[in-house]
Amino acid sequence: MTAIASRATPVRRSRGYMLVLLCLVGVVAYYFLLLIALTLNPATSNAASALALQQVANALSIGAIYALIALGYTMVYGIIELINFAHGDVFMVGAFLSVVILGGVLGQTSQITDLIPLILLLAVALVFVMPLTGLLNVGIERFFYRPLRNAPRLAPLITAIGVSFILQNVALAVAGSGDRSSPQIFPLRDNAWRWEIGGISIPFLSFFIFAVAMVLMVALQQFVGRTRLGRAMRSTAQDREAAALMGVDLNQTIALTFLLGGALAGAAGVVWGLQFGYVRFDLGLNAGLKAFTAAVLGGIGNITGAVLGGFMIGFIEVFAASLGYTRWSHFVVFTVLAFVLVFRPAGILGQQLGERA
Amino acid sequence: MSASAAVRRGGMNRLDPGGVRHRIAKFSDAHRSTSIVVGMVLFSALIFVLALVPPFSTFLNHQSWLNTFASAGVLVLLALGLNVVVGLAGLLDLGYAAFFAFGAYTYAFAASPFSGNDFPFLPMLFVGAAVAAVFGVLLGAPTLRLRGDYLAIMTLGFGEIVPIVFLNAEPYTQGTNGIGGISRPEILPSWVPFIGGPFGALDNLKYFLLMIVILAVTMVLLYRLQDSRIGRAWTAIREDELAAAASGVNTVTTKLLAFAIGATTAGFAGVYSASKITIVSPNQFYFTVSFTVLAMVVLGGMGNIWGVAFGAFVIYIIQSVFLTYLNTFFQALPIPIISDINFVQYQFLLYGVALVLMMLLRPEGLFPSKRVQRVLHTPEDPSLVAATAGTVDLTAEQELEAERLAAERDLETREALEAAGDAAEEAQGPYEEGALGAPPGSDEETGGHPGELRR
Repeated sequence: MTAIASRATPVRRSRGYMLVLLCLVGVVAYYFLLLIALTLNPATSNAASALALQQVANALSIGAIYALIALGYTMVYGIIELINFAHGDVFMVGAFLSVVILGGVLGQTSQITDLIPLILLLAVALVFVMPLTGLLNVGIERFFYRPLRNAPRLAPLITAIGVSFILQNVALAVAGSGDRSSPQIFPLRDNAWRWEIGGISIPFLSFFIFAVAMVLMVALQQFVGRTRLGRAMRSTAQDREAAALMGVDLNQTIALTFLLGGALAGAAGVVWGLQFGYVRFDLGLNAGLKAFTAAVLGGIGNITGAVLGGFMIGFIEVFAASLGYTRWSHFVVFTVLAFVLVFRPAGILGQQLGERA
Repeated sequence: MSASAAVRRGGMNRLDPGGVRHRIAKFSDAHRSTSIVVGMVLFSALIFVLALVPPFSTFLNHQSWLNTFASAGVLVLLALGLNVVVGLAGLLDLGYAAFFAFGAYTYAFAASPFSGNDFPFLPMLFVGAAVAAVFGVLLGAPTLRLRGDYLAIMTLGFGEIVPIVFLNAEPYTQGTNGIGGISRPEILPSWVPFIGGPFGALDNLKYFLLMIVILAVTMVLLYRLQDSRIGRAWTAIREDELAAAASGVNTVTTKLLAFAIGATTAGFAGVYSASKITIVSPNQFYFTVSFTVLAMVVLGGMGNIWGVAFGAFVIYIIQSVFLTYLNTFFQALPIPIISDINFVQYQFLLYGVALVLMMLLRPEGLFPSKRVQRVLHTPEDPSLVAATAGTVDLTAEQELEAERLAAERDLETREALEAAGDAAEEAQGPYEEGALGAPPGSDEETGGHPGELRR
């Protein structure tokens, strides 16, 4: 075991560096692509370089949100092979809870220009929201999916859709059908908190969201890769029965997976509120669909793949939006999904495994 | 449940041999199409009369009831079509409303002042269905090779983008406003009683009768399909795709056919609906429609045509008449909280709860097909119980019953094997697509099992 580990580690680490390098190259390439596209468009050609930079920042934060949600899809699918349709709605609940804690409980509605209180406040929001959405997800698994674990495949899938609608309509009943504004505690308009370049301002918020997401993802990566529970998760994903025979507590491991997925969706909800400034009961459907697309794009069951896919979906969407095709961004994302499923169903990082449903 | 209780329950479900019900059941098995037509006529006569008598006539007047029945028919038609895809072939289609939209928009383009065309209704009914079927095949051809879960998400995406396309392609569809002033049907010359002559906005009876005819024809066709070789292949795929493929069923073609049939039915519903409401707009085809129809299929009992039709009908009536009635009833009450509740707004909450409860407690639906019920409730089969618990004293009658059931089960197994064999004859060759092992492109390339949670 140790021999394998010691032999495997350097290989894996160098692959990781390669991946990071490739991502950096990708971001730079994306910038130039945007630059070219914006320059060709007469309406944006005079501020193209600054606009492109702004859109890159935008894409990073939106991609980070999708990546956080996609992780929940990919982990749950990896472990029990269920598309958890309710996951997007868990994210929506997280966004609402963040409004409740920031606006309602802490009473913060205005901008905070000091770094330390701002970070403390967001930490409080995350610490409050993440366990709650995690537990919500665990509860959904316990009461709705666990009884159906050995049922025909269609049963848990239909149940998941039902749960998704229940969550959506509970939110509708509680919060109404319109947009609810989310407290904008991040000082978007303060000059010290944004970057002025060529008449275009880029708020630091985008980089902040990116950083929060990266910290959470690295933490997850380390948890799954290095801890005993993480190993239990990986072994359950690989072969549930064999894992049980090796002494892995399946129920606990599956619950843990839902807990982690839900917590990350909650974090995504918190940063969604910061980025977009509103929450609505039907956020979950579209965000969930895009995040699922991200998970498939990256290779379902693959954590790095979900992150990569999330950023790619964010990039694609922002690209379409910055060229003035905002209304078609859904269309573009689903077309991408269709092409991925048809031409490379295993995703970018997915392995070509032949096994039966 | 104790063994004897199970036996008693099993025994009570059986029909009394020689009784009237038994004779009717026997007749309807032998003359299925006739009995469907007779059943539809009786049922429509029944609801026609029921709408005139007190408990129902207090909710709506007769004309409004007929109008409601005609609208309910659209949902019944949709549920029947989705039942082919979800119930018979076991494919989860979450974007079913898209095909409904194609049917409706086809008729809108064919007969409205906006397009300048005015084609007759009856041919367009089939053209609309054909257009929907073509899109069904276009969506299905690449995606049906994938695993079931991917199909669900793919259809969900498709269902999302179709209304978006209709919404954004403003020069061709007038965007949010939709296409209005669509021609109403005129099918038979005016001297034909009841249904002849052009349909007017108030001719609810004509729309009602037209819907009954469409439904009867659809149900006859669907029953015949279900009992055909194709229908047995669908069932085989639903129960075990690998086994079906190994027995020579061409899984991709068969699934594609289910998709096309489902889309065709939705196309019929779309054309009819467009001609009745006389306006189509993207918001008629959002995900909630697909979800409603799915809930109807699940509640009615996946795979059972009558059950699904009746379930969809009852759900639509509850949703459109009784929830509205409850609303007005409670709003009149001086109780502050209750009078604020908007029952119609929570219909999707009710659907969600119903779906979850059905899946957890009664997955076969309210009106299950015999086969699905037997699959889901085998342990309650007295013959099995008797076999496993040999110590239980069975009365002679119960023993006979158990033996009969066991024989029936054997027969069913044999039938299933024969069905698979039949389907195998259809297949072109054993090593073409759908031979032993996974069909090409179905699983090896999808990454099938996610394998492991990789770092």
